[in-house]
Amino acid sequence: MKMRWGAYPYILWIAIFIVVPLGLILLYSLTTSDIGIRNLELTITNFKKFLDPRYLDVLWRSIELALKSTVICLALGYPMAMIIARENIRKRNVLILLFVIPMWMNFLLRTYAWLTLLGKNGFINYIITKLGFGPLNLIYNDGAVLLGMVYNFLPFMVLPIYSVLIKIEKSLIEAAEDLGASRLEVFTRIIFPLSIPGIVTGITMVFMPAVSTFVISRLLGGGQYMLIGNLIEQQFLGTGDWHFGSAMSIIMMVFILIAMAITSKFEGDKEGGGGLW
Amino acid sequence: MKNIKRIFMLGLIMVLGLLATGCGSKKPTLNVYNWGDYMEPSVIKDFEKEFNVKVNYNTFATNEDMYVSLKKGGTSYDVAFPSDYMIERMINEDMLEKLDKNNIPNLKNIEERFLDLEYDPNNEYSVPYLWGTFGILYNKNMVDEEVDSWDILWDEKYSKKILMLDSQRDSIAVALKKLGYSMNSRDTKELEEAKGELIKQKPLVYAYVGDEVKDMMVAEDAALAVVWSGDAEAGIWENENLAYAIPKEGTNLWFDCMVIPKTSKNKELAEEFINFVLRPEIAVRNTEYIGYSTPNYKAKELLPEHIVNSKIAYPTDEEMGDVEIFKDPKDIIKIYDEIWLEIKTQR
Amino acid sequence: MVEKGFKKIYTFLIFLFLYAPIIVLVVFSFNNSKSRGVWNGFTFKWYVELFRNDEILRALYYTVVIAILSSIISTVIGTFAAIGIYGMPGIRRKVILNLNYLPVLNPDIVTGVSLMTLFRFMKLEPGFVTMLLSHITFSIPYVILSILPKLKQMNKHLAEAAMDLGATPFYAIRKVVIPEILPGIITGALIAFTLSIDDFVISFFNQGAGVSNLSITIFSMARRGINPVINALSTLMFVSLLILLLIINNRSAKSIGERGDII
Repeated sequence: MKMRWGAYPYILWIAIFIVVPLGLILLYSLTTSDIGIRNLELTITNFKKFLDPRYLDVLWRSIELALKSTVICLALGYPMAMIIARENIRKRNVLILLFVIPMWMNFLLRTYAWLTLLGKNGFINYIITKLGFGPLNLIYNDGAVLLGMVYNFLPFMVLPIYSVLIKIEKSLIEAAEDLGASRLEVFTRIIFPLSIPGIVTGITMVFMPAVSTFVISRLLGGGQYMLIGNLIEQQFLGTGDWHFGSAMSIIMMVFILIAMAITSKFEGDKEGGGGLW
Repeated sequence: MKNIKRIFMLGLIMVLGLLATGCGSKKPTLNVYNWGDYMEPSVIKDFEKEFNVKVNYNTFATNEDMYVSLKKGGTSYDVAFPSDYMIERMINEDMLEKLDKNNIPNLKNIEERFLDLEYDPNNEYSVPYLWGTFGILYNKNMVDEEVDSWDILWDEKYSKKILMLDSQRDSIAVALKKLGYSMNSRDTKELEEAKGELIKQKPLVYAYVGDEVKDMMVAEDAALAVVWSGDAEAGIWENENLAYAIPKEGTNLWFDCMVIPKTSKNKELAEEFINFVLRPEIAVRNTEYIGYSTPNYKAKELLPEHIVNSKIAYPTDEEMGDVEIFKDPKDIIKIYDEIWLEIKTQR
Repeated sequence: MVEKGFKKIYTFLIFLFLYAPIIVLVVFSFNNSKSRGVWNGFTFKWYVELFRNDEILRALYYTVVIAILSSIISTVIGTFAAIGIYGMPGIRRKVILNLNYLPVLNPDIVTGVSLMTLFRFMKLEPGFVTMLLSHITFSIPYVILSILPKLKQMNKHLAEAAMDLGATPFYAIRKVVIPEILPGIITGALIAFTLSIDDFVISFFNQGAGVSNLSITIFSMARRGINPVINALSTLMFVSLLILLLIINNRSAKSIGERGDII
């Protein structure tokens, strides 16, 4: 198909803006100093350094947190996407835009606003104490961090699922119902399977950035623990060891790729594969 | 579909129109690189007007961010505002231009005691802009004893009511001072001890925070916090139950200064700018807007009584006690990283 | 009946969750105090100060301009790329798609710093162009990601059928493929816009010459405390967006058909 020519400009773009910087990162990760780069003295010391249990603990914690938030986003987001998709055209356009607009307010500001809501003397506790209950410990714990992450990533899960759901042929559903399928069967055997491409995209758009996030854990987690995003930032900015930092990024990328490979097994249809193995 | 096309076109036209208005300024330009919200907004406008130039203003959040973009990026800033230890590092790495003091006569407005300090002997490269200390901000209603030592932050009585800064340098410095060591210590034994202290302290800490520390103390979420002097002033102003103390073991004295990076293309204009900022009437506007202390004694004369007399904003040398300025940690930073990692991975 | 009730409550709760922080922001934009913790009386002073603050207004201008430009450009490039990639045979497609995802996989700091190094190498002075290019770079993968499920969902023989009937490839794309995948394109554009408006790290390392964006301005205030002027700005932005939404909604009410979806 002549259509593939459309991809060539982008391929050029990829070559310059993605491959070259990646090559740089790879080069940094395999060397330990600027001289090493010039002389191409490759070594895996940086990678070995990471095998310290403390670093691995940080990586594991980040992945665990990302997994949990992705699952919660999926659990909360899928029903939401379905509800909006069922509405009439006018209403659902409004709803979906209303869903996205909060994302256009600065993320740091919105996270700070959660501090005001969840704080010991914050708004929620204010209401709760007025109602006579004891103040709750809503912040600086894992729950608060999860809440912040779900808050941040939910629209990225809802949008792709929604865009797929609205195009599911109504006639398919009607046909199934005519043939005697129950509501549940219609869902599990028609709607859900057809929406899988959207789900996979949603998971991709949530899980990947979730692993490298760190602002939310810093603000809502009270800086109690470090995530891999913190570590990488620290290496690039504070310590100035771009070599170790690059190695950590590569390790993180590999883990994410593995996780995504597992997810794409669920896609089934290899023909239209969305990449990532 | 049609409407979407229309919106697209409208957007594109709007954008192109806006772009057109933004172009074409043939005046000399000055590129300034400062902390966020760290200069009274109309000062820049006044400089532009008086000298008939255009000022490009970019901001950064931390010294480290600034350092990376100056060192590794292709930028050409004319004036930057690093802190003491960062200036030391930049001088050692030959990143700064020497100042031509003939072009900065207003340098004489700076208090003697703030000139010729360790990080830049003779002020060959930098001019102080703002300064301060850090100490303990506490709530008088929640803390009924005298606050005069860092070790109150380790007191189990205040478990989960203590706020520490989420900054490895500052927190390690507090631990070192508590133990009676220098905050610039490079001795691995001393640093190990500091690490031990911080690990001991972790269960008592409510949170490691950034600038939200002010709001939290004002809202009375915690009893004790490590804060900078300028923030303490602001907090006390909002909530009279708060008070500030500089512990007897000593504390940190910090400076943010103006420098001219070597990548500057307009050194003379940069020096004009620095000289402009040093004018008493300009310096006083900045210090009043920002709320941090000015090292400019001529500007201080223009400040209201209650600020100048504040022991928090303008402590005498005696009131400050034993102060140290941060030095560039250089390779010790790796040990700091390790310590911080250990503390953060404690469960 | 009960189900309708559940749906309504669920929707309400989720929207409350989404909007709670926004409401806080709006309320505090009228707070006569710099503190985020306590209320000290009602005032408009932050709104007044906002319009005197050149730095913030300039940042707003660049934020909007770059967001609109980068989302349009990345959507165009991304759409053609997605269609092209979709039409490619096996291995080549897999390689390109995986390469495509790299900016998404990388932590922001790595993307930001590597682009900064690249631009320095290309002797491109940091400023408007570098910021725009970096925004486009991280947006395109998301556009492609959004369009792919729609391409998979589409009946791939439609385009072939069109060409069999005499349409040129370009005509087939324009009249057959694109309308089918339009929801994906619009989702992609929305996501690209959202990412651009909010980006800090990548923009920070590619800023210069007075070109900044709101995120940089806000994050740079982290050490000092966020100036409440920003709350006022956010409130104004939010209100304008709502009004824009109402206008779009009213206009499209007149030309609604089966294809009246915004997305």
